[in-house]
Order: sequence, then C-alpha cells, then structure tokens
Amino acid sequence: MFYRTLFPRDIYAEFDRLQRDLQQAFDTSPSIRGLGRGGYPALNVGGTAQSVEIYAFAPGLDPAKIDVNIDRGVLTIEGERASALPADEKVAVHINERFAGRFRRVVSLPDDVDPNAVSADYRDGVLHLSIKRRESALPRRIEIK
Amino acid sequence: MTNAVNKPDESRREAAVLPPVDVVEDATGITLYADLPGVGKEQLNLRVEADTLTIEGEVVLNAPEGLQASHAEVQLPRYRRVFSLSKELDPDRIAAELAHGVLKLRIPKAEHAQPRKVQIRVS
Repeated sequence: MFYRTLFPRDIYAEFDRLQRDLQQAFDTSPSIRGLGRGGYPALNVGGTAQSVEIYAFAPGLDPAKIDVNIDRGVLTIEGERASALPADEKVAVHINERFAGRFRRVVSLPDDVDPNAVSADYRDGVLHLSIKRRESALPRRIEIK
Repeated sequence: MTNAVNKPDESRREAAVLPPVDVVEDATGITLYADLPGVGKEQLNLRVEADTLTIEGEVVLNAPEGLQASHAEVQLPRYRRVFSLSKELDPDRIAAELAHGVLKLRIPKAEHAQPRKVQIRVS
C-alpha cells in the first residue's frame, strides 16, 4: 500500500479506490442506479410471504405531489421538495443540510408481485408502499389424497 | 458501564441517526428545520437544559408481521441531535411544529438582544 503513495499523480485514483473499498465494506447491496442525489428519500425494503414492503423516508412533501409508478417490475418514486430557506438576503443561513430539489429513486421489484395490488400511505413523512405478491406465488400446502 | 441504566443521560449512549437540519437566523430569532421522518408527535422529545437543546425522536413504522428486511438505508430507529444555544436566545419561548416528519423550531431572541436603532443626537 505504501509504495503507491509515492506516486503523487495517482492520488485521485487512490481516493477512488478507497471510496470503492468503503462502499463495498459498508453497503451490502451496491445498487446499479446508485444512491440517488443526497440519498433522498432513504429507502428501506423488506418482504413478507404475502407482500413486498417499501418505506421511503421522504419528510416534508405534499402527498398529492409524490409520483409513484410501476413499469415492468421497476418501481419509481419521484417528486420535488421545495427549499425551506428564504430567499431574503437579510437572513443568515448557518446550516443547510436538508435536501431540496427534484428527486427520483428506483427499485426493481421481484417477479412475483402484482402491480395492480399496491397500497400507499404517507404518514409522518414516511411513504409506505405495500405490494401484494400474486396468488399463484404464495406458499401453499399441497394436500395428499 | 453496567450501572448506567439508571442514569438520566442513559439515552445518550444509544446509537441514533443524526438528522439533517437547516438553521436560519434573522433579526428576531433563529428558525431550525429538522427532517425526522417516521417520528410522530408522541415520539418526539424536545428538551432544553441550561443552554443545550436536544432533539430526539423515535421512528415508528407499522411493519407487518414477519417482515424480513432486504435493504435498509435507515438502520437505527432513533434520531438525536444536540445544539448549544447562545445566551441571547430565549429558551422559554421556543415554538415547535411537526408536520409530515419535518420539525420546525422557532427560537426567538431575548428582548434585550433584539436589534434596536441607536439614535444619535447632534448637539
């Protein structure tokens, strides 16, 4: 490792490598679509035998303006969040960490979900999507005659 | 460490997510916005002790029975962030609003710290 740092031209490549290493170490499933701008909204995805559950941590939105689409097994959540910072010049912005602007996050769904059986609710800034699995995919017990 | 259970600051040891905030100051006070998705009014805990403001919230998701997580970007069910207030701020008149997972705090400046124009007399 040490010999590489003797080549100052390679410093950025080293940073890139370090970043990749860290990402691989901490992110169990690096997504091909990346993490989205600012990681907003953060997503938690899980499933039960009957459904797939998606929680999008998207505070401060008007629920009527969140766009959720399912197209060929790909779920897209998009919208826009306005900035809370006033345009007035007389105020001082001390900390500005919250996301503002357009966002779009994409999740590929398993094959056995039914895109027509989706329920969505928005509560305390969390968008919860529940997508039922198809009847035919549900685990069942086979009767032996 | 084992007897820390009964200490009042025990909660501080629990791991928590640092929520993103915006802090804006104008002539009459400071406005703070914090993103606390999943925190309802009952799970929000705001405290001012001496000159320390603590924002704490518990995340509640009504997860169905038998949920197996496959991808989690929010891994801790708690937010916490601590700020030191400067002495011209009036901690007794803090107003808080929580809507759609965004907390808005208005911390006014104390009367004596409000800006005033100094009249200059020319004799």
